[in-house]
Amino acid sequence: MAPNLKAWATGIGWLLATTLAVGQTLAPVYRVIPGGTMKTLLPPDGKQAAVTVRDFSMRVLPVTQREFAQFVLRHPQWRKTRAANSTLADSQYLKSWPSDTELGAAQALLPVTDISWFAADAYCTSEGARLPTWHQWEYAAAADDKRTDARSDPVWRGRILAWYGQTSRALPAVGLTARNVYGIQDLHGVIWEWVDDFGALMVSGDNRTQGDPDTLQFCGAGALSATDRENYPVLMRIAMLSAMGAASTNRNLGFRCVKDSKPVKGVKR
Amino acid sequence: MKCFAASVLTGFSLVLSLGLSACSPNEKPAALAAASADTGGSAKGDFGPPQGEPIKAVLTSPPLVPPATGRKAPAKVIVELEVRELEKEISEGVTYTLWTFGGTVPGSFIRVRQGDTVEFHLKNHPDSKMPHNIDLHGVTGPGGGATSTFTAPGHGSQFTFKALNAGLYVYHCATAPVGMHVANGMYGLILVEPPEGLSKVDREYYVMQGDFYTAGKYREKGLQPFDMQKAIDERPTYVLFNGSESALTGDNAIKANVGETVRLYVGNGGPNLVSSFHVIGEIFDKVWFEGGTKFQENVQTTLIPAGGAAMAEFKTEVPGTYVIVDHSLFRAFNKGALGMMKVEGPENKAIYSGKEVDSTYLGDKKVDLTSVAIATRAAAAGTLSLDMQVKAGGALFNGACSVCHQANGEGLAGVFPPLAKSDYMTSDKSRAIAVVLNGLTGPIKVNGKDYNSVMPPMSQLADDEVANLLTYAGNSWGNRTGAFTAAEVAKVRASTPRAKGAAH
Repeated sequence: MAPNLKAWATGIGWLLATTLAVGQTLAPVYRVIPGGTMKTLLPPDGKQAAVTVRDFSMRVLPVTQREFAQFVLRHPQWRKTRAANSTLADSQYLKSWPSDTELGAAQALLPVTDISWFAADAYCTSEGARLPTWHQWEYAAAADDKRTDARSDPVWRGRILAWYGQTSRALPAVGLTARNVYGIQDLHGVIWEWVDDFGALMVSGDNRTQGDPDTLQFCGAGALSATDRENYPVLMRIAMLSAMGAASTNRNLGFRCVKDSKPVKGVKR
Repeated sequence: MKCFAASVLTGFSLVLSLGLSACSPNEKPAALAAASADTGGSAKGDFGPPQGEPIKAVLTSPPLVPPATGRKAPAKVIVELEVRELEKEISEGVTYTLWTFGGTVPGSFIRVRQGDTVEFHLKNHPDSKMPHNIDLHGVTGPGGGATSTFTAPGHGSQFTFKALNAGLYVYHCATAPVGMHVANGMYGLILVEPPEGLSKVDREYYVMQGDFYTAGKYREKGLQPFDMQKAIDERPTYVLFNGSESALTGDNAIKANVGETVRLYVGNGGPNLVSSFHVIGEIFDKVWFEGGTKFQENVQTTLIPAGGAAMAEFKTEVPGTYVIVDHSLFRAFNKGALGMMKVEGPENKAIYSGKEVDSTYLGDKKVDLTSVAIATRAAAAGTLSLDMQVKAGGALFNGACSVCHQANGEGLAGVFPPLAKSDYMTSDKSRAIAVVLNGLTGPIKVNGKDYNSVMPPMSQLADDEVANLLTYAGNSWGNRTGAFTAAEVAKVRASTPRAKGAAH
């Protein structure tokens, strides 16, 4: 991102944050994602790549710092002085926050990161939602602004890889990337995101293990048995998540929530 | 020579196996030895539990190599290696996000001794975006450590191995997608010294080749993203020694003095290319090919596989700059696989003279010189015509002058000035003669355009030859100077100084 754009984004974020801080809480916006069948990179049985994803609703934006601060106010057990360094979160939990309830300057509209899986799970529960499954996330994130499945497009892949190729920098505010066909934003190019079943991704730490074909070993061999061995962007998501424990946090790892697709308050179709 | 266990053990085991009671040092049972001797590999690599206090391994950034361990007993060695993802310059004005072991490409050099117990700590900096691990080819065990070191950003892993095999080994990251992690610079070398150590040398350096895949073209400026398709197609944009075009050139060249023995620890990280490693102007006295125990002698170019290494040793004899290349030459000169070693010290003309003679060699430019002979005879007889001079001069011109000034006299724009319709050449006959005799160096203006180049003196030509040459140039391609005479040339030759070394 060009520095001036970054400055602009941060500025807008700060403005909005100050406005919001005055009073009203905005209900999080979810959008319905019509279900369908998709070739997944992680077949449930290790072989059959097609999975069916049922209708669900997904938050348009990742959970922001400000939203998480409000959550912490309501749920003091998730204050950093209480949750950090516990079985529920490691020592780096919310490390950018100066205190239990304060955000750093101009942080309000940045995606919340340094969050453990437990904390993310608790937040979604508080919103009447849950973390997406890997397949739900993969399904929503396969889309670009025109297609429901853009994964075979080298341009799409290249754009995502470019983000992986950048060193960690200040995170951008949420909502600056293009909406995909479902109206969802920021699935790529902003943060890593927790998924509900991250612990079942079972990626081998060694990329090349050619082990038991019934386990989902992800490797040179995994890449061979995967349906799409050139899909590095998705492969790297999986590798990243599989490196984490449920209490782990990371400065680039945040989350968003999903709900089952019954008509939900706030959902626009 | 006691450089490796092999040579020592060779003689020893031969004595045992053949039951010989004596073995004269002058005898060379090399063929037999090579067939029968081995070090025993990992089966004989365990020298028991570590002794003494744990030792923290000295790690060095390329091109430096840690000092020899100097130990006589197995030790516990602690290695701490940190993964950093850093934006660095790989060519002038070209940056790339490198994933590094220890902040450099290649990663820190690790040096241990066979039989050592190595407690390995891999740390992944909190600012990293990716999880990483490490596979050391010097490790015996699943994944070479990769299965035990998968490390998320902001975390650290630890595992312990015993270094059972001596040799020079590559290490690299093996996290999905492994090719990309390696393409981004995640490789380095670990040396496992044989128990008796390596022979002493004056200089040791660490050089490692790798191929890089950027979205932009070679030397396209700015931050260049990784190009996955180029990597899959194995079409690198860069092939680099030590992760940058300038890592081993200019002030960063590795250095040695005349008479010193230099050992290079050379690795190839790949991920795709095999290296034809060569040092221009040197012959490797010894190459421990594939990083193993045996050496080959008198090697010009050694092949280093991706994920492999070699040790190359040589004695420097004469000063100068020695260029290190991958002898797949388009990589060296169009993709950056080029380094330099500067050797200082006294010349030794007996071994290498430097340039002794610089003479014109006509080669296939050599033309029928009959016209020259005719002109020479005509001049002697006093019947020389302009036409004869032009013909004779043309033959000489095609031999000596057309290489630069071109057969059509047009020269090369900006480099070699034109003679055709040249104000500089036709406006002053004496000056033209002087240029041919004495050469010309420095800025001049020809037909309004600036040139700054070097023309060597052609004073080896006889007066009548110079006259014929200039008559040809002065009366071709639209020029009309008329004839130059041998007398005019003789006059200029007598009145102007020749450059040192030029013929008189």
